[in-house]
Amino acid sequence: MNWDFIQEYLPLYESAALLTVKIGVAGIALSIVIGFLCAVVLFFKIPVLRQAVSVYIEISRNTPLLIQLFFIYYALPKIGIKINPEVCGMVGLAFLGGSYMAEAFRSGLEAIEPIQMESALSLGMEKSQALRYVVLPQAVSISVPAFVANIIFLLKETSVFSAISLMDLMFTAKDLIGQYYKTTESLFLLVVFYLIILLPVSLLGSFIERRLRYAGFGS
Amino acid sequence: MAEPLLKIEHLTKKFENNIVLDDISFDVAQGEVIVVVGASGCGKSTLLRCINALEPIQGGSIKLHGEEIVYGSKNLAKMRQQIGMVFQSYDLFPHKNVIDNILLAPMKVQKRKKSEVREEAMELLRRVGLDDKAESYPRQLSGGQKQRVAIVRALCMHPVMLLFDEVTAALDPEMVREVLDVMLSLAKQGRTMIIVTHEMQFARAIADRILFIDKGKIVEDTDPDTFFEHPASDRAKQFLNIFNFERSK
Repeated sequence: MNWDFIQEYLPLYESAALLTVKIGVAGIALSIVIGFLCAVVLFFKIPVLRQAVSVYIEISRNTPLLIQLFFIYYALPKIGIKINPEVCGMVGLAFLGGSYMAEAFRSGLEAIEPIQMESALSLGMEKSQALRYVVLPQAVSISVPAFVANIIFLLKETSVFSAISLMDLMFTAKDLIGQYYKTTESLFLLVVFYLIILLPVSLLGSFIERRLRYAGFGS
Repeated sequence: MAEPLLKIEHLTKKFENNIVLDDISFDVAQGEVIVVVGASGCGKSTLLRCINALEPIQGGSIKLHGEEIVYGSKNLAKMRQQIGMVFQSYDLFPHKNVIDNILLAPMKVQKRKKSEVREEAMELLRRVGLDDKAESYPRQLSGGQKQRVAIVRALCMHPVMLLFDEVTAALDPEMVREVLDVMLSLAKQGRTMIIVTHEMQFARAIADRILFIDKGKIVEDTDPDTFFEHPASDRAKQFLNIFNFERSK
């Protein structure tokens, strides 16, 4: 292992990691919003929208991220929609993640007994109030484990961003291997940086899960 | 007689082609306690759910203070505030403690001050013997305690009328008593209530009127003594017989 090489190219990885995190966080935030909206549409069985959401979820879950990114980056410009690689990565991640988040939210919503909604309504709440104060808080805490798993899954998926010429971690590693043939060092740094990004998320996730399970509703 | 508080006329409820409530009509006067009895599946729970518009109805009308309660209408939430309902299964919100369960609707729906509702809630909790449980979560309470909290939660909205849907059906016998005692004291205060129950002794003690429903129709609508001593219909005689046992030895 050539430690000098590692030291020299550390800053390159740092900026690449920053880019990965930036696009990852934005894409995941967007996918949570999409997932939430889709789950509400499915839960309330809103006509037309519901069918549209189902089609979206099937497309999103049954195509690889790489192909979704290619489509956004290479095919859309042909019909006049041009977006820069960073936005492209974000949109791609959100398109993929939206469906997974939707399913996580939906399973949480469906786990709540209908009586909860009914008793909130019979106290004179509007449907939106019942959703906000009674159903959602319970559904979200049930969804948390699936939710954390999705976030980790999506962060890992960011490794295909290099395919649309984003200078992310994977891109940097491949680039260095191509230039200097320092395969071991380049891949070592790649693994270390992905661990630095993902381990805290995993640990925080299991911490939150434990708190929700034992403390949340009183034990 | 004065204008009835609740007026139900020709209420019809169907699930698909299955008629659950068939041309039901009755009035409830202010302060009256009505107990609805009948075999399982006769439609008595559905009747309560229709009054609170948790179910759409296919015919007839339900009027509270002369104002119609319509499923899906804009002022439904307003109408429901006037009707308190307690369900069979524990419908407390598990993610909130007892006091927050009670305060939620008065604060969010009626926009009342927290301090004011809290004071009222604590007083009501004290009366049902649960003031020391204000900070507990529902899963830390027994079934009977949960139902008493559910009753307090409904009362804090200042409803003009209370609906009880088999509130003791899921409870141990000892806990049944503590819940029924709370309901008896509400009746003594002159609350208007419609109660669906299988506790016949209790029905007889608390009711001003008994409605006996069979196959979606009101078969008897009479005072409790007449109903239990001299039921008019064969179906009611048959039904009451279920609760009589002959000595086996």
